Amino acid sequence: MWLYAARRLLMTIPIGLGVTVICFALIYLAPGDPVQSLLPPDATAKDVAELKHAYGLDKPIPVQYLIWLGHALTGNLGRSIQTNQPVLDEVTRALANTIPIAVISVILAFVIALGLGILAATRVGGILDRLATGVAVLGISVPQFWLGVILVIAFAVELGWLPATGMGSSGSEHFSWFKWSEAKYAVMPIIALTMTPLGILMRTTRSSIAEMLALDFIQTLRAKGLSNAAIVIHAIRNALPQILAMFGLQLGYLIGGSILVETVFTWPGTGFLLNKAILTRDIPLLQGTILVLAMAFVLINLVVDLLQTAVDPRIKRA
Amino acid sequence: MRFAAMMRSWPLTGLACALGLACTSVPGHAESVLRVAMSAADIPDWTGAPDQGYEGYRFVGFSLYDSLTEWDLSSSTKAADIRPGLAESWAIDPADHKRWIFKLRKGVKFHDGCDWNADSAVWNFGRVMIADSPQYNVRHHAMQSWLITNIASIEKIDDYTIAVRTKIEDSLIPYEVAGYFQVSQCAVTKAHNDYAVYGQHPAGTGPYKFDKVVPHERLELVKNPDYWDHGRVPKHDRLVLLPMPEASTRAAALLAGQVDFIEAPSPDTLPRLRAAGMTIITVPYPHNWDYQLRFDRPPFNDLRVRQAANYAINRAELVEMLQGVATPGYGKFIESQPWYGHPIQYTYNPDKAKALLKEAGCLPCKFTVGISTSGSGQMQPLPMNELIKEQLDAVGFQVKLAPMDWNSLIDVFIGGSHKYPQYDAINVSLSSIEPGQGVLKSTMTRYQPPNGWNWGYFQDPAIDKLGEEALSTFDPPKRDALIAKLHETAIADAQEIFIAHDLNPRALSPKVKGFVQAQSWFQDLTPITIAP
Repeated sequence: MWLYAARRLLMTIPIGLGVTVICFALIYLAPGDPVQSLLPPDATAKDVAELKHAYGLDKPIPVQYLIWLGHALTGNLGRSIQTNQPVLDEVTRALANTIPIAVISVILAFVIALGLGILAATRVGGILDRLATGVAVLGISVPQFWLGVILVIAFAVELGWLPATGMGSSGSEHFSWFKWSEAKYAVMPIIALTMTPLGILMRTTRSSIAEMLALDFIQTLRAKGLSNAAIVIHAIRNALPQILAMFGLQLGYLIGGSILVETVFTWPGTGFLLNKAILTRDIPLLQGTILVLAMAFVLINLVVDLLQTAVDPRIKRA
Repeated sequence: MRFAAMMRSWPLTGLACALGLACTSVPGHAESVLRVAMSAADIPDWTGAPDQGYEGYRFVGFSLYDSLTEWDLSSSTKAADIRPGLAESWAIDPADHKRWIFKLRKGVKFHDGCDWNADSAVWNFGRVMIADSPQYNVRHHAMQSWLITNIASIEKIDDYTIAVRTKIEDSLIPYEVAGYFQVSQCAVTKAHNDYAVYGQHPAGTGPYKFDKVVPHERLELVKNPDYWDHGRVPKHDRLVLLPMPEASTRAAALLAGQVDFIEAPSPDTLPRLRAAGMTIITVPYPHNWDYQLRFDRPPFNDLRVRQAANYAINRAELVEMLQGVATPGYGKFIESQPWYGHPIQYTYNPDKAKALLKEAGCLPCKFTVGISTSGSGQMQPLPMNELIKEQLDAVGFQVKLAPMDWNSLIDVFIGGSHKYPQYDAINVSLSSIEPGQGVLKSTMTRYQPPNGWNWGYFQDPAIDKLGEEALSTFDPPKRDALIAKLHETAIADAQEIFIAHDLNPRALSPKVKGFVQAQSWFQDLTPITIAP
């Protein structure tokens, strides 16, 4: 187990390096000058050159990459061009805002999906299966941006039950999950974030369990006289690695932040930060955010892999 | 630390609260608060070098800081002009037309209690223009130097008098310094010239003081009860500035009562906002949505083609598409500005446009225009450009739209047309708040790239002569008459395709009273009161 974990951990190093190269290159492939958004449209070419020099953006790109990588390895992701704040602080602050809603959303999705998926898998072709499948299709196909806007119109504008935007009445620094007056700001972002993983997890659960229920060992269990509930538990146990893998992927996506959901609700998380970094062409912030999120994704997958191994030792042997 | 604490504590109770269980609410307070949803993507810089376009100047720059001269934003019926700010008066030195004398206002204090005087003015020049000054900051230089690029030096004459020496004779200096903000020397020195540290306790002389900031989310300012202009002490206690780049989010926030004042609601949301009792304000202001042309090759090196393009534009149709949030554009300035003059007007005349193209032998008259998909002041560039293309194509042009993101288009604009042979025109809308930005820097030969914004390398000796004469004429009415003549000449030259002026719609909650929308890119929020 430990050897397996160490091997998987070592494999994250080349993945991480690959991520750094890709995110660095992608940003420079995008059109436009990185310092331009800092300057007024009326700035002259001389102003642009001076600012690029000041930020070291006039050096050859490979040199910029190596300097940046060297700093990143020591935990220094540079400073945001826009705010002059350390990028690591900016990303940490955004992560602290995104992780709670991402985790709540994915747990909600997991719990509901598991329930609906089991119901559907044990009643294939029945009304409950069709209804549950309908919910899943809705979750997968409804664009989060549209859903966010609809939620705002319904619950904030028309009914006035929930706030339309922001993270708390005085901003995220004073936000508290312990006061409804503040926590209610998270309700609509969580609902909007839950729908997609709900659909995906429900489909995965249904198909995995239905597949298990058709296997020979289930027939054997039935022949041995096990109850339906005990048989389903066996099927769930065997389907769990697949469901967990999907759970990990969805958690990774959500911790990366949904640019659309966080922008619609002005929720100051990682997606919101990425959107700002893109709009303002804040290259150090963009690079640092992508790097941290990509590494978080890699680590979440590592944890899920290890969990899968714990749940199903056959994976380790394979 | 907050991150760690949150990660320890949120899961169970947090989930319960999110589901609405057993949570309490916060009591309100009597402070009157104006909450503004900006269209900016982030909080504009608050250290005295605003970014995020003129929105940064409008809400943050002019709230925290003052300039030697300032914009008079008290009227919505005439274009804003300048008036005394931190300088009480100014005059050109009769013996030396490259030397302006500014008499500074006495008794003004920065928010940190330090005095405003000639030393402050000299120090601030070093902050922006003198690279070896300890207070020099490259970002401040980048954001502010373009305003005072014609200033060679600032010297102290006495504690409340300075001499501003210019590189050329420049009669427009009082306009150019109107957005050049004065920062507290004491506060920056206390921060050891580190502007990130200074940003924690910034100090200007403006009508609002800095209170707190939540990065990327909100900037909170409080009224400065000791503001030197007693008539402009804010009539509300607190100003909260919230960046909300998404137009539908701004509208929803206003409808849900989370903000009181929103910038640029999209035209589609106006009926809904009106139905909900919101006040929609539209006022002309010096904004020019146009096509800038290149003059070194066909088709736009031919006056007849340029005139044809101007006659082909059905501006009324464009205004209708925009639900009335624009006015037809026939020049760089708007009519209420003193520099508009009496130019010819290219009213919609497709037959004349066709005849001119035929006469010029340009059929189909092909050209490529670089446009942006969004951007500050660009209004709704995609549908607007589609309509303009349709109108131009209808008279014999064959327009190819080349869309790109806003930053890329600004690169094209700054680089000049010679660097970008693929474009015959670009659609970059600009401010025309004063004559330099409005017309001189886009038409005079001396402002061809890299020295200015004459993107298409336009050249007209008559314009150059008028421009130089205006810059050397220190009697304002005579100077303005020369600039108006220059504007008329540029329009006769069809130096651009003139299309529209934005009306800059804003939506206000019925609780907001007393706002006067000035004919300007900048606005004065201080008279606003908030009904309970």
